[in-house]
Amino acid sequence: MEPLYKIKKGLDIMLEGAAEQQLAACPLAETYAVKPADFNGIVPKLAVKEGCSVKAGDPLFVDKATEKIAVVSPVSGTVKAIERGERRKLLRICIESDGKQDYKSFNAPDPEKASGEEVHALMLEAGMAAFLRQRPYDVIADPEQKPKSIFVSAFSTMPLAADFSFVAKGREGDFKTGIAALSRIAPVYVGINPQQINSELLPITHAKVSVFSGPNPAGNVGVQINHIDPVNKGETVWTMGAEHVIMLGELFRTGKVNLTRRIAVAGSMITAPTYVETLIGAPMTSIIGDKIKGTGHVRIIGGNPLVGERSGMDDYLGAFCTEVCAIPEGDDVNEAFGWIMPRLNQFSTSRSYFSWLFGKSKKYDLDCRIKGGERHIIMSGEYDRVFPMDIYAGYLIKAIITGDIDRQEALGIYEVAPEDFAVAEFVDSSKLELQKIVREGLDLLRKENA
Amino acid sequence: MIKKFLDNIRPNFEEGGKLSAFRSVFDGMETFLLVPNTTSRSGVSIHDAIDSKRIMSMVVIALMPALLFGMYNLGYQNYLAAGKLADASFWELFGYGFLLTLPKILVSYIVGLGIEFVVAQWKKEEIQEGYLVTGLLIPMIVPVDCPLWMLAVAVAFSVIFAKEIFGGTGMNIFNPALVARAFLFFAYPTSMSGDTVWLASDSVCGLGNALPDGTTMATPLGEAAAGIAPTSTFSDMVLGFIPGSIGETSVIAIAIGAFILLFTRIASWKTMGSVFVGGALVAWLFNIAGLEGNAVAQMPWYEHLATGGFCFGAVFMATDPVTGARTEGGKYIYGFLIGAVAITIRVLNPGFPEGMMLAILLMNMFAPLIDYCFVQSNINKRLKRAK
Repeated sequence: MEPLYKIKKGLDIMLEGAAEQQLAACPLAETYAVKPADFNGIVPKLAVKEGCSVKAGDPLFVDKATEKIAVVSPVSGTVKAIERGERRKLLRICIESDGKQDYKSFNAPDPEKASGEEVHALMLEAGMAAFLRQRPYDVIADPEQKPKSIFVSAFSTMPLAADFSFVAKGREGDFKTGIAALSRIAPVYVGINPQQINSELLPITHAKVSVFSGPNPAGNVGVQINHIDPVNKGETVWTMGAEHVIMLGELFRTGKVNLTRRIAVAGSMITAPTYVETLIGAPMTSIIGDKIKGTGHVRIIGGNPLVGERSGMDDYLGAFCTEVCAIPEGDDVNEAFGWIMPRLNQFSTSRSYFSWLFGKSKKYDLDCRIKGGERHIIMSGEYDRVFPMDIYAGYLIKAIITGDIDRQEALGIYEVAPEDFAVAEFVDSSKLELQKIVREGLDLLRKENA
Repeated sequence: MIKKFLDNIRPNFEEGGKLSAFRSVFDGMETFLLVPNTTSRSGVSIHDAIDSKRIMSMVVIALMPALLFGMYNLGYQNYLAAGKLADASFWELFGYGFLLTLPKILVSYIVGLGIEFVVAQWKKEEIQEGYLVTGLLIPMIVPVDCPLWMLAVAVAFSVIFAKEIFGGTGMNIFNPALVARAFLFFAYPTSMSGDTVWLASDSVCGLGNALPDGTTMATPLGEAAAGIAPTSTFSDMVLGFIPGSIGETSVIAIAIGAFILLFTRIASWKTMGSVFVGGALVAWLFNIAGLEGNAVAQMPWYEHLATGGFCFGAVFMATDPVTGARTEGGKYIYGFLIGAVAITIRVLNPGFPEGMMLAILLMNMFAPLIDYCFVQSNINKRLKRAK
């Protein structure tokens, strides 16, 4: 029996437009683009020039510090453009697909027998190590540091998030192979939800499986780490997205890097939301197409509405996006006297609104308005109610705002990632940008400790 | 329509516009009329509909029963003292109290919000709505006879020195409404306590009765402190037909407010409940000890809770999230000590018949210390784990 962790704190946000568990076709697009900014903590060093021809799996850039972590091309074709922004910051590497998908082949050892070093070396070379993240700092894992454990969360509780059970359907074998490979490097912990206990994802022989039940963010790997094996100062824990573990498994099975992934296209502004199979770096136009409802202002989000980044139709699918969402922007909505009106269609955890009357299963169509002005932290306990870690979230945020590094350390900043604060940011009546604050705090700390 | 009007006049208030000195006022009015439709730039794309305007509005609504009853009670006490209670209608009693209270509320809001507007403009920030609550609390916790100019001075003192110099709503250490009351209490003691201040003794606009000078009306606590047999019954105290500060007398009206605050989870039940537990326990201990010659000590514990500002303080002041304890465990200790200290001051210090104000201010000061202990234990746990 897997140990069960019952998460009590948190909040499930029910949004309209969850994706149906069906797979829609998504043809190969003309141009793909990889965005170095997706790989947090990496300063890119280009490995290609404009006009180079690449195979799927050829490195596009490596990290400047160690030159070990490669980020590889999702398609075969020619490097069409290298786009730079202010101060020559690398924005995107655009590759024109040749429509054939020639894969570079790698020598994959047997994951049951290989040593940890062999597995890690292959992951670095084949671009899979770029999908390994580490705590502390929530950046791409530093290849020079050995982790004490590796965590994989096999489900997400975020609103509109892709259901990993569906994403992995038919590819459970690759998932298990990927876990087996990771387990050569360090002990692996896999977090599943109660519905997955009887699914084909189990049994996983090479990892310790734990069951997490409860509201969002129970699916956050950070929450799971905090409950199973918290990160202490000086320790490193790696995490990998479950969908990337499938790719890793496929690499060990076939020797090819196939960055194909099943993502949810969801949100209230999408007609017939479903799943599509596409490649990392695919243009949003190929994913969303003409599925946008109406002509109003729509926000396209790479990821889910809580942790995803604001995107657009001219953008490309990010390396870590498990879904693409479209919801109303809301900047053309004018509501009068919001401080006193009942506002029945608005969702709130506060009982000063009436959403508590409609139960927990009513779905809402929320837009992107902040719905209030930014204030100092006034209410107490707001964050703690939705922050299922043994950390005083409000005090940690204050320590980050004041730049008090010793206190941040003492209060447990090494255990958190910005995404862990997403629900708190949603409910915050003071409307602070908590994820941004945490990101800046982590970046500052990483710089100071370097 | 509102939108159109605001868009029309907006250019005047922007940088360089002829009314740019009132930008914060315009901004405040705009967000009062319309929910701001700025959308998120980073982080979460969607937000909960709650904001601090809504929260503060809820607190103001929760204060309404106590305020309205307080107005009625002012008339009731006046007509009672004049012996004309039987002839007066409900509206006469209420109208009289309303006319006495309204100027106080206006003065409090005009002076307080005026300062807030200036500060917001100066710091180029949005106006913070915290004063909407404070500004209503202050008139409710002063005696009816408190002159308006004193009120204005107290409001100015508290907004500037208790709130704005610390950085505004959310940063203050002491509850601004209580600082205003403490300021009045120590600066003008004769107008804030004694037997004459609790009764309005002039007629206003033809309502009410002019009472002869020297007509006294002591609060139950004042009577007990002086060792006089109480004139009010326990049911009077619960219903609120006793002399006292405008908003503090009726337990029932305050209970309605408490229900609103607890149901909306704006106030913490941990803090509020602990105040009552602490007060009841200490009052009960004094009952048992039965200090000879100390009438206040012998007052039954339930009367202690029902008199003076105990309920009002527990429900509306102790639960202020900014000045209270912020850790969940700390809230129990913070609330308990407020109740305990309030009763102790009442019983053991004959100089202060009312201990609630000082108890809350004292615990405001200790709240960070209580929190420190809880946060530090979390830190120590983390340090221990790392070894």
